[in-house]
Amino acid sequence: MLYREAGQFKTSYASDQAVFPILQDRIGIVVILLAAFVAVPLLGDAFLLQAVMIPFLIYALATIGLNLLTGYTGLLSLGTGAFMGVGAYACYKLATTFPEVHVLIWILASGFVAAAIGVFFGLPSLRIKGFYLAIATLAAQFFLQWCFVRIPWLVNYNISNAIEVPTRTLAGIPVTGPTASPQTRYLITLTIVVIMTWIASNLVHGRIGRMWMAVRDMDIAAELMGIRLLPTKLLAFAISSFYCGVAGAMMVFLWYGGSEADTFNINQSFFVLSMVIIGGLGSLLGSYLGAALIFILPILLRLVPPQLGIPIHPATAEHVSFIVVGILIIFFLIAEPHGLARLWQIGKQKLRVWPYPY
Amino acid sequence: MNLLYKIFLNPFLQMAAAPDLLAQTLWEGLVAGVLYALIALGFVLIFKASGVFNFAQGIMVVFGALTLVGLYDILTRAGLSFPQAAAFLALALTLGVMFLLAFGVERLVLRPLVNQPDIILFMATFGLTYFLIGLGELVFGGNPKVMISQQLYLPRGSIDMKWFGGLVSFQKIDIAAAIIASVMVVVLSVFFSKTRIGRALRAVADSHKAALAVGISLEQIWVIVWFTSGLVALVTGIMWGARSEVSFALEVIALRALPVLILGGFTSIPGAIVGGLIIGIGEKLGEFYWGPLIGSGIESWLAYFIALVFLLFRPQGLFGEKIIERV
Amino acid sequence: MRAPSSAEAKVGEPLLSVEDVSLTFGGVRALTGVSFDIRKGEIRAIIGPNGAGKTSMLNVINGFYRPQAGRITFKGEERRSMRPFAAARGGIARTFQNLALFRGMTTLDNIMAGRALKMHRNFFWQLIRYGPALQEEVEHRHRVEEIIDFLEIAALRRIPVGRLAYGLQKRVELGRALAMEPDLLLLDEPMAGMNLEEKEDMSRFILDVNNQYGTTIALIEHDMGVVMDLSDRVVVLDYGRKIADGTPDEIKKNRIVIDAYLGVAH
Repeated sequence: MLYREAGQFKTSYASDQAVFPILQDRIGIVVILLAAFVAVPLLGDAFLLQAVMIPFLIYALATIGLNLLTGYTGLLSLGTGAFMGVGAYACYKLATTFPEVHVLIWILASGFVAAAIGVFFGLPSLRIKGFYLAIATLAAQFFLQWCFVRIPWLVNYNISNAIEVPTRTLAGIPVTGPTASPQTRYLITLTIVVIMTWIASNLVHGRIGRMWMAVRDMDIAAELMGIRLLPTKLLAFAISSFYCGVAGAMMVFLWYGGSEADTFNINQSFFVLSMVIIGGLGSLLGSYLGAALIFILPILLRLVPPQLGIPIHPATAEHVSFIVVGILIIFFLIAEPHGLARLWQIGKQKLRVWPYPY
Repeated sequence: MNLLYKIFLNPFLQMAAAPDLLAQTLWEGLVAGVLYALIALGFVLIFKASGVFNFAQGIMVVFGALTLVGLYDILTRAGLSFPQAAAFLALALTLGVMFLLAFGVERLVLRPLVNQPDIILFMATFGLTYFLIGLGELVFGGNPKVMISQQLYLPRGSIDMKWFGGLVSFQKIDIAAAIIASVMVVVLSVFFSKTRIGRALRAVADSHKAALAVGISLEQIWVIVWFTSGLVALVTGIMWGARSEVSFALEVIALRALPVLILGGFTSIPGAIVGGLIIGIGEKLGEFYWGPLIGSGIESWLAYFIALVFLLFRPQGLFGEKIIERV
Repeated sequence: MRAPSSAEAKVGEPLLSVEDVSLTFGGVRALTGVSFDIRKGEIRAIIGPNGAGKTSMLNVINGFYRPQAGRITFKGEERRSMRPFAAARGGIARTFQNLALFRGMTTLDNIMAGRALKMHRNFFWQLIRYGPALQEEVEHRHRVEEIIDFLEIAALRRIPVGRLAYGLQKRVELGRALAMEPDLLLLDEPMAGMNLEEKEDMSRFILDVNNQYGTTIALIEHDMGVVMDLSDRVVVLDYGRKIADGTPDEIKKNRIVIDAYLGVAH
């Protein structure tokens, strides 16, 4: 009764091709954005913002990045962690070398650095496909990780190899560094992530998204239709790495406040990949859902049992969450390979015809 | 000019100048290569028979070793006084665990996903990896453990040879590893080509539907294969653990079996050996003689670069079949 | 069923000609010294028993396979083979024997994908969508809707193609090829697996494409009735060689062709 399309007629192709053609969806998005921009910072405590919302948004962005490459274009990548790291270290070098320039500009610029590196490591995709390409991305992961450790210039010659984020301000309010408040950092993160999600949505709903999906589904046919494979794949690498790079820069500058040599290791790559799989390959909404589930699960496992009176060691919670994630991945692949996003769609379908069964 | 000299001439001069060091490095490379080859062998077995790219192979190596050491601990603490008896009993029990694992994977993961595309099966093994890491850490703890080499009668010490005017030392455990690995390869090759079950495995690798049509039980074959692969993983874990220690860091090192697979092909047993040796020796030589030019620790990525360069010239690997795409 | 225009009135200059094309894979000789031409505006059928090399011939024309010998002349330009991208850009579109639809996408998206060559709005407009990029989408949507109407698949727009019945999938694939506005349309067994009604529909579409848009069509087909009714000229392949070339009437009476189909050694 609530979720009905009846009566909503599209009178132009433009409105038919809108991203949210159903009015209720549009209202829903506005409500979510209002909640995110207004309710959360006002009502949420520092813990919620610092330990849950900010990292969730950052991981959602990285998941979107990987999803564009793996879900939409079909190029499996195990190098996500390294590309996030490229963004982080690029941002650090740029921010410390040119402190006069606004840090937000450097956060976005570091995406371009990551994109360039992504394109370089994407070049083998001309000749190599499928699993073999995944192994090429592993080369990127381990090589770049080695660079992070072995190139002292990247960490400004800090002996411990760790970087600490300097304080930077926006209109007089500190946004990075130890004095920046969680609310400020949350709002900046939210703004960047929302805008970049919008851009990703524009891309996938237009001709570029179709090109990517064509290459994913049947690259031979795509080529015979005039879609050039190498530029399309390289574009996917570039944009995907851009998103991961920005996510990495935000991770260091707006969440952790610093970073160590081991932060952007292969486990980071696995982490984001599991979010993509569970959320749903080829779905932006799925990226958010997957990031939410995988990221928040360990936190819940750490916090909820003590509330119920069951003591649980933090390390144990982490181990159990690994087990649960593994089971969830297998379960989703069996039951619903298109992940949470598809479950959401099915839910909406049922809601459309509710209270009737079909 | 100086740079070219440094890259293309100097390392070889160094090799010639100290042949005992070269021999030592080659030997180290060979041993590492043999161990990579064993991990790759586990991959190849599963891929040959079920078409699944088992990303969890590396963690199976760790898990097998951990289970062995963990069970040994439990048994000795429960009062079993003869260490050798405890060791072999633990070994037998671990085999049982690996069998249960194979059975579980076949029943709960492979069977429900039987007709899905390869990428889905790969991602399922990715989930399996997470599961085994969590389970292993939960049950056995994350600290590195010592392999029970003595109790298993694995040799210790080394044989030192005065060669090339210097000293080349061969760890006995390494020699044992090389011998055991060679024996396994021979046994498995014979098994695949000569026995009835081996033939059935090859049939299943070629086409599930055709194999079913001639009455081969896919489920049985898969359990056998995953168990054999688990066995190989256990042996690898024991050998590797005996040489250094048993820890989860091994899981990441095990990923270097992937470049081995690229070179050797995904379905060739001899290919896994050749690939393993190339990668192992190439890695050690690269690290020792070219490493100082670039920086230390290039072992972490050198194997992948070797494989990458290879792929650019031969996308199907050394032994793989040329892929002819039909429309 | 056909307009009674004679073959001669429609025939124009050769649009594409293959000369002496030979193709081998490993030990298999797929094509040996095949030569024929396709004239502008005609419907040319390529027929022959299974394994004759018909699909390989189309793949060579498309640029997907590179022949070991021979020349292809398309629109006056002569070369050994074309890269697939160049073939597409030159105006060659095709459908596939085993369907090559983009299974993850809807009918509408599949056909819109066929417009890829014609959509030019650059990357930066794509980033923000509203404005020139959306305008271009809508423009091309008009053209695609014409094709959808033409093929009578309007109800299937939003359905992922993987869920459609086989016959409808073939129609969508035709639509995708038509979206390229090709000069030469290569159809590989467009009627395979269809019932009589579907075949009649598909035949009608093919004829309409040829009549209305003037598209030259090369068609591989096994149903002799369809071949005889639709085509202007026929070329017959057997074991990779051309054994006959002429009008449908000539081919029907050709002894060598009949023997080839009946399996008589010749």
